[in-house]
Amino acid sequence: MATKRVGLFVTCLVDLMRPRIGFAALKLLETAGCEVIVPEGQTCCGQPAWNSGDAPGAVALAKKTIAEFEGFDYVVAPSGSCGDHVRTEYPTLLGEEPEWRDRATALASRTYELTDFLVNVLKVDSVPGDADGLIQGSVTYHDSCTGLRSMGIKEQPRALLAKVRGVQLKEMDGCEECCGFGGTFSVKFGEVSAAIAERKCNNVLASGAKAVVGGDLGCLLNIEGKLRRMGNDTTQVLHVAEVLAGRV
Amino acid sequence: MEIKSMHFKANVSAKLADAVLQGNLKNAKGKFVTKRAEAIKDLDDFEATRDAAAAIRNKVIDNLDLWLERFEQKAKDTGATVLWAKDGAEVCRLVIDIAKKHGVKKVTKSKSMLSEEAGLNHALEAAGIQPVETDLGEYILQVDNNEPPSHIIAPAVHKSLDDVADLFHKIHGTPRKTDIPALTREAREVLRGHFLSAEMGLSGGNFLVAETGSVALVTNEGNGRMVTTLPKVHVVITGIEKVIPTLEDLSTLMRLLPRSATGQSISNYFSILTGVKKPEEHDGPEHLYFVLVDAGRADVVGGDFHAMLRCIRCGACMNHCPVYQTIGGHAYGWVYPGPMGSVLTPLYAGIENSIDLPHAATLCNQCGIVCPVKIPLPDLLRKLREKQTERGLRPLTERIGLRLWAWVALRPALYALGARFGARYLKWLASGSDRIRILPAAPEWTQGRDFPAPQGKTFRELYAARQKTAKEST
Repeated sequence: MATKRVGLFVTCLVDLMRPRIGFAALKLLETAGCEVIVPEGQTCCGQPAWNSGDAPGAVALAKKTIAEFEGFDYVVAPSGSCGDHVRTEYPTLLGEEPEWRDRATALASRTYELTDFLVNVLKVDSVPGDADGLIQGSVTYHDSCTGLRSMGIKEQPRALLAKVRGVQLKEMDGCEECCGFGGTFSVKFGEVSAAIAERKCNNVLASGAKAVVGGDLGCLLNIEGKLRRMGNDTTQVLHVAEVLAGRV
Repeated sequence: MEIKSMHFKANVSAKLADAVLQGNLKNAKGKFVTKRAEAIKDLDDFEATRDAAAAIRNKVIDNLDLWLERFEQKAKDTGATVLWAKDGAEVCRLVIDIAKKHGVKKVTKSKSMLSEEAGLNHALEAAGIQPVETDLGEYILQVDNNEPPSHIIAPAVHKSLDDVADLFHKIHGTPRKTDIPALTREAREVLRGHFLSAEMGLSGGNFLVAETGSVALVTNEGNGRMVTTLPKVHVVITGIEKVIPTLEDLSTLMRLLPRSATGQSISNYFSILTGVKKPEEHDGPEHLYFVLVDAGRADVVGGDFHAMLRCIRCGACMNHCPVYQTIGGHAYGWVYPGPMGSVLTPLYAGIENSIDLPHAATLCNQCGIVCPVKIPLPDLLRKLREKQTERGLRPLTERIGLRLWAWVALRPALYALGARFGARYLKWLASGSDRIRILPAAPEWTQGRDFPAPQGKTFRELYAARQKTAKEST
């Protein structure tokens, strides 16, 4: 089978805050035999504009992203939220421009969230983090809203975590409940957002897991920020790619 | 009802600080969410039932005028009078006219959210007619200085047992008690007299059946039956979108409504009321009026928010909403709280009066998943945000900020430079630690939580360096 050419959509938050998640995604895809290209001009998928009511901004960024990524066999993002924005929203928000809508639809069908791609397209048997033993002990998984409810990301990260020796999954109560991040919601309604995050953190702590793992950096920053403000300095907050990839 | 939705943000802080409310919300959440999840397991195919329900509602709202005419004709055939109200003020005027015509001094009411929209109780009192709320929750609120409801099916859900114990002690002048059955009995004893003496009963309507001209009522306390059968006059007030074609359709929708609302397979009472009392019948009203209300609904038909008219008012969206679960219903400032309210309030009470509401959602889509008629609530909230921006209703700084950000994101070199600077600035703010305590650019974030420190360099910088090293070594 021909090598799959994958365009890695790093996402703006990973670029700014946690480059190691991008490198972890890169390692996972390359280890699985993909040729991975990171388009240099990529910025943001435009979801913040779309969700804030700036349709023209969202349309312009969608077109830019489509032009950058449509040459690859697949587009993969270490985020259910950004991945879904390309996959579900692009065809909608470009609905009134037939040519762009068709290009969006074509790209959408080849766009994946990282764990979904590893499990359902690459069908990986093992992950590099298994041999590394970087993360050991119990982890609990936070299902990020868009990945879960729009892209059906539920079993994929769990199946992959099960392949990492020394890592045990301990489910928390309300793992599918929103953490309160919500993009700009977190800064427009900080009080409510932090109160919702507190419920999530209490569930994380009650699970007794050593680390909380998720697939979207926005949620993870929210959960980590709240845990630390609550005085918890020990529970690790990790992106699933970091656990699966091991040392990068 | 007075519109207070513009004060959403100011309301939120008070609600978060209210320990009693927080406790009550926690209890309610557990009850509603768990019971619904259990109840939908009874259905062989919940998703297919949702599809069927959405199709029924679509069929009606896509040809609303036609179905309303059919309903009107059938209802008239059964001896009912059908009246049309274009807004809340007209609802009040029509109901007062009916009351005066029949010499009514007292009206018993079962729950009607439309009467809340119209501010009917206030109007009745001003006209010298006594309205008596008979739904236990609504009764509690009415005797507590006409407090507005905070939930569409559990209007007093924000109150604690102690609140009600104190209230009944004060209002009824009876010894204070905290036994729920005893409190309920006390309310029943008070209400019984009203049921017998009221000359007019007023109800909402869960559905209007076009095929038979009937109104279907879903209740749990039996008060609905007292209100609709004892007085000589029964007035049904409901929105024009509540019509459905057939009794068969009613059975489909009833598989979903109680399950979605309270987690019951069927409500304690379910009535299908058709026409006035016939000579051979023993009970029922001699006069039946339908007041069918537009109040903004007709303007929604065929537009961007058309799907919202499918709503069957079950309240599942608010029960499952992380924001509602955190602040309760009063903060939303009008009749309908939660996700449905954040769509309906801008549509019916004015988009300019509800600047915060469409934004007061994380777009987690839990509401969309539980909605029995599949209303894409997050999409509608997003669309409202777009309308606000188009009309220049959002703060100028936000609009400029968004445009500027998009402008930069379209220019990769500039964006890369900005990100490079941003990563270093944030790293500096953390001053060597793993967290930022105060984030000047987004103070609301760090009010209640820290902001984790970034690694310090952007991915694109590190990746470029890595590529360079790889190139040099080959």
